[in-house]
Amino acid sequence: MPSPFILDRSSVTQVMAWVLAALLPGIATYVWLFGPGILITLSLATVTALAAEAAMLKARGYPVRPFLTDLSAIVTAWLLALSLPSLAPWWLIVTGTLFAIVVAKHLYGGLGQNIFNPAMVGYAVLIVSFPVQMTQWAGPHELTAAPLPLAQSAAVIFGGDVPRATLDAVTMATPLDALRTGLLQQLTIDEVMTHPIFGHYGGVGFEWLAGAFLLGGLLLWALRIIGWQVPLAFLAGIWLTAGFLNFFDAGRFGPPWFHLFAPSVMLGAFFIATEPVSGATTPRGKLVFGLGAGFLTMAIRTWGGFPDGVAFAILLMNLCVPLIDQYTQPRIYGGAGKEPRT
Amino acid sequence: MSRELHRFKGGVHPPEHKAESTSRPIHAAPLPKELVIPLRQHIGNPARPVVEIGARVLKGQMIAAADGYISAAVHASSSGTVTAIGLQPAPHISGLPDLCVTIETDGRDEWVVHAPLDYQAMEPSQLRMQLRDLGLAGLGGAVFPSAVKLDPGASRACPTLIINGGECEPWITCDDLLMRTHAGEILQGAAIMHHLLGSTTVLVGIEDNKPEAVAAMQAAAAGMDFAVEIVVVPARYPGGGAKQMTQVLTGQEVPSGKLPTDIGIQVFNVGTAYALARAVRHGEPLISRLVTVTGHVLRPQNFEVLIGTPMHTLITLAGERDGATGVLMGGPMMGVPVPDLTVPVVKATNCILVKSAALFPPLPKALPCIRCTRCADACPAELQPQELFRFARAGDFGRAQEYHLFDCIECGCCSYVCPSHIPLVDFYRYAKSEIWAREKDKRAADLARERHEFRQFRQEREKKEKAEKLAAKAQAARTHAALDQAQRAELAAAPAAEVTAVSDADAKKALIAAALARAQAKKPDAAPRNVDQLTPEQLRQIEEIETRRAKIRELVRKPLESEQKNP
Repeated sequence: MPSPFILDRSSVTQVMAWVLAALLPGIATYVWLFGPGILITLSLATVTALAAEAAMLKARGYPVRPFLTDLSAIVTAWLLALSLPSLAPWWLIVTGTLFAIVVAKHLYGGLGQNIFNPAMVGYAVLIVSFPVQMTQWAGPHELTAAPLPLAQSAAVIFGGDVPRATLDAVTMATPLDALRTGLLQQLTIDEVMTHPIFGHYGGVGFEWLAGAFLLGGLLLWALRIIGWQVPLAFLAGIWLTAGFLNFFDAGRFGPPWFHLFAPSVMLGAFFIATEPVSGATTPRGKLVFGLGAGFLTMAIRTWGGFPDGVAFAILLMNLCVPLIDQYTQPRIYGGAGKEPRT
Repeated sequence: MSRELHRFKGGVHPPEHKAESTSRPIHAAPLPKELVIPLRQHIGNPARPVVEIGARVLKGQMIAAADGYISAAVHASSSGTVTAIGLQPAPHISGLPDLCVTIETDGRDEWVVHAPLDYQAMEPSQLRMQLRDLGLAGLGGAVFPSAVKLDPGASRACPTLIINGGECEPWITCDDLLMRTHAGEILQGAAIMHHLLGSTTVLVGIEDNKPEAVAAMQAAAAGMDFAVEIVVVPARYPGGGAKQMTQVLTGQEVPSGKLPTDIGIQVFNVGTAYALARAVRHGEPLISRLVTVTGHVLRPQNFEVLIGTPMHTLITLAGERDGATGVLMGGPMMGVPVPDLTVPVVKATNCILVKSAALFPPLPKALPCIRCTRCADACPAELQPQELFRFARAGDFGRAQEYHLFDCIECGCCSYVCPSHIPLVDFYRYAKSEIWAREKDKRAADLARERHEFRQFRQEREKKEKAEKLAAKAQAARTHAALDQAQRAELAAAPAAEVTAVSDADAKKALIAAALARAQAKKPDAAPRNVDQLTPEQLRQIEEIETRRAKIRELVRKPLESEQKNP
């Protein structure tokens, strides 16, 4: 065995474990504000992901244990679960997770080979196929009835007999939904913003969740699990685009802080767009990737058919990664900085 | 001390493990019964033996002479009798035997007549020849013949001289100990280098994990009659690399594919400076060096070792322990495994590192690359190792070259930080060796094609000549017939025939010249780039890599262990 003969103590498992750990503040906040339903969603996604991962590894003839213990499937499961409405039906979660692990990950070659972020592929499939079920968001407890306890959440998720009124009492439109609906009704931003869902920066409760994800993201950055380029560029992309639109027509375009302080944005910036396999690898490429994703998110929110655009924005930027990487090759030590030819 | 330091990008800081071997003083290793002295201890041509079997040699006597410009002589490390000249196992990465002179020592350690060199009075070129004949080569690891590096060339000035006391590899402390104990002589060596190169600035770079060495060098510098600056640099691997040390001290980058000399900077290891001082001030050839023996031994320490001493005797001296799992020559980042411990210490041997399962746990199985770019962050050459890995693995060597594969210095930082534990450097070595092999093949093919084309041309020319000859014969016959009829024309015809013959020969020459010119003109297109104008260092690398190509290729062809399918 040739040199080097020593290794740093890092491992893929360690990287993934830190990502999971950094999601914990967000999950705790989620439970506090929106009820414990999310825990069921997370568990269900985790079990499905691990089962699908093991089955696919076996089917593809790979050793199960080293890949199952790398925790990457659980990261995918959690990111998808956190992107879904916390009271979404069980089959929605299972379908999305299966699609993420089986198609987006393993059919593309498994760990390290996926060109798209698996969790976002799962999400995109669900929102395109089942738009109605994807709106079953629990509201923040400040605005709704007391959140559903665990047993009742389970009943909702697993299709038990839950009175419609009970469900209606705890679910409500997300701030982005409210914004979209309001604008479609020809209301101005100021009129839309009188809706009780809007809080200080983002939505009531939602802004706290965004803050918790931000906290976890900063932890990952402090630990050097992720670099600063993608998150900062992503947030800058959102802020600049939203700020630009808002500056020209504050009546029709929401304020930049509102767009920034959405949980999806913080989750996207620090946990999803930073997924290394499907992201750009060069320092400048990471900036381009983040900026592009931020801009596309705002474009979809503003002119697209969905209230939020983080998932599609990241998937679209995933597509551009080979191109971005090729044209952002950095100058090497002692080099003239010429980019490689095609 | 106010020199503004610069940073090189990347690098890592593995556990240093220096303290183990610095607490004990330097011991002289005892004279072994038998010395095995390889003739290839430097980059360039191996030395040519100048002694015969049975000859009695004295300590310091030349036993093999430098062969060509880039070469260095080899000397007997002690007095005795030459018992063999032949292939012996040598500490070479290939593990292949090499030509060695074996000397049975007589225990008298009797010196050959030697005298100091009056370097200031000598012609520089003459002094360099002397140094080549005293066997001087870089002791930092690359063992490049020092005489060559001490030639600033006709047009190139070398304003900056750097004495490299970086010693960034973990475990190794021989330079540290040398600086602590022989600071004055190191600087005397620097003075000679300074004299030969005409440098205006002399810098000594020492990593900040060697405070005793820094203090000793500073004290010695104060007593020197030329300006020399001892600069403390942050300890970070591979900060002791010539390019990195250059960048940290001067802020200048060595352009890709060039040497520090090309930007007027020359870098020598402290050990080399010391050896130079011994050579010039005492006339002693390079026959011994400091070697760190450390790792899984009872008494890790540094030895003053005669070149040719078998490595196992040093491990015994340092206290062999049970449970050793292998031995490295060099440090853990760039060292090479020594499978056979009977191999001798050579000029390049800075460290003998004994491994154990506790100190060097077996490397975990590799997982697929997740493109996390930690390797890119750690790469001091500022490459994109993850892309190079992808191309090397896919056999896309052209792309690997476009992504500057040949700027990789194989320092191992990328492999060290990889969370997927991929042996990245192996893949780069493999890709480099494949490219070299292909270019060699292409050269051979080009040569064959040229020969073939010339052969075709020659055959055609011969055919044409034959036809012309026949025509001329027929013409002559006709002329002859005409002459019979008119004898007076005969005298006039002879010079004409001569003229034709002469012009025929000229035409032939011209045709050959034209064909050669065509072949010459084709060459630049066809000639491969990378095997032209190789530096001696690269030649050595090619040679080394060639020998283990087959092995690496086999290794790389196999999928990563974790990817191996279940049966």
